[in-house]
Amino acid sequence: MKVRIDGEETTALEGQTVAGVLLGRGLTSWRTTRGSGRPRGVFCGIGVCFDCLVVVNGVADVRACQRLVRDGDDIRVQHGAELPS
Amino acid sequence: MSRVVVVGAGPAGMAAARAAAQAGTDVLLIDSGARLGGQYHRQDTRAGTERFTLPARVEHLAESVVWALEPVAGGHRVHVRTGPADGPGRSGRSIDTPALVLATGAFDRALPFPGWDLPGVFTAGAAQALAKGQGVRVGERVLLAGTGPFLLPVARSLLDVGAEVAGVLEAGDPVTGWLARPGGGLSAGIGKLGELAGYASVLARQRVPYRRRTTVIEAHGTDRVESVTTARLRPDWTVVPGSARRVEVDAVCVGFGFTPQLELAVAARCALADGFVTVDAAQATSVPGVFAAGELTGIGGAELSAAEGEIAGASAARLLGAHPAPPVRALRKARRGRRFAAALDAAYPVRDGWRTWLREDTLVCRCEEVTYGELRGAAREREVCGGRALKLVTRAGLGPCQGRVCGRAVAELTGIPDAAATFARRPIAAPIRLGELAEEPTL
Repeated sequence: MKVRIDGEETTALEGQTVAGVLLGRGLTSWRTTRGSGRPRGVFCGIGVCFDCLVVVNGVADVRACQRLVRDGDDIRVQHGAELPS
Repeated sequence: MSRVVVVGAGPAGMAAARAAAQAGTDVLLIDSGARLGGQYHRQDTRAGTERFTLPARVEHLAESVVWALEPVAGGHRVHVRTGPADGPGRSGRSIDTPALVLATGAFDRALPFPGWDLPGVFTAGAAQALAKGQGVRVGERVLLAGTGPFLLPVARSLLDVGAEVAGVLEAGDPVTGWLARPGGGLSAGIGKLGELAGYASVLARQRVPYRRRTTVIEAHGTDRVESVTTARLRPDWTVVPGSARRVEVDAVCVGFGFTPQLELAVAARCALADGFVTVDAAQATSVPGVFAAGELTGIGGAELSAAEGEIAGASAARLLGAHPAPPVRALRKARRGRRFAAALDAAYPVRDGWRTWLREDTLVCRCEEVTYGELRGAAREREVCGGRALKLVTRAGLGPCQGRVCGRAVAELTGIPDAAATFARRPIAAPIRLGELAEEPTL
């Protein structure tokens, strides 16, 4: 299947999580914190810590370690607290 | 109201579902994962096949999160969202049950240290989940640090996915710990010791250094981990002066035991003792109609969890009028397992000296970016003296993880007695979107 990561198209496998795809591409962070803008990526890896939040198909605050990718998913970096527009 | 509802499909939850189904009752098994197994039996979701089979009476609700639990007449109402994690587009369901089995498991306990918020610092469980579930290594050259036997299988998993393991650092002194308790729990866990010996021999063959009384006290890097500082520890876990060493790694994985996933048990008002759910020999909690099994009741590993699950499932079925045979073997296994769990707990304690690894500017609450200095200031100068007040004054524990990661550390650092319980009280057990909350309830 095909997914887009920050605008760039890439292939992904059925059953991969968003975190699996991002780490597999060598990325370690894809979010900045709301307070000091520091980079974050996976920490707990099992859905507990909410550090790996990412924007999927325009929806913010999706845990990359929990979400399985679907064909055509548009995944991008989350900057701080992104509110719905 | 005629089904047993089991929350969590790890070793305990699966065993509970099987036992209740075999006793002739229908079961709904709810789990957030796409596959059965939980953390211990984590499956690679990229593989096409489900490894486990369950009796026909069990309906498995995968990719489903229980976001709230409330008491209703004759039992409990379980509120569930099913679909891709964190929505939107999930479907909602509310299920009433007179017999609820909680098997929600536990997650890694991480201790704060300078730099632990840098990308490249992971929990040991994250390294394990990514290796087993996704075939991904968290780094090229990885150091493991923490305490407890779980570090060994994680090192093995990292080797399996091609990472170089720079070392396994055990903060405690487990040899002394075991010897201090001759007989008793040690003999109860022979099988488990054999499993651990197996991991140890793999690490030895791969020439992975294993160091006791050593840990990682700082991670360095600008936007990700580039190196760490390791140090020797005294028995109280304060640092031995002059023992600091810089080690170049691109990832470090930490795990200091486990914290039970308590929010549903707390929502059901189950009595707790020492941070775990209190159960009787039938796995019944203090609340009628609510049973608990597995790591919720104490950290003892997969075998004990499965034995407790089997007992809980039989008890839940009995509550619905079934007549299961007494789970004699599971009861015996559970008794032996609990002795081993107690011995493990005694062999791998977390010592207070970890607090001296922190600096004023070290983050304790990662979500809200609250530092050790701010927490200390609130506790000392502003005389905050309760968990709730501390949260409101500092914002520690008010971020998206709701204190799951920092709660125990905050409680210990500030000495506020009720903080641990305060951090486990989460009426919304998992975040849901406002749009989902606004939907009409469907029963």
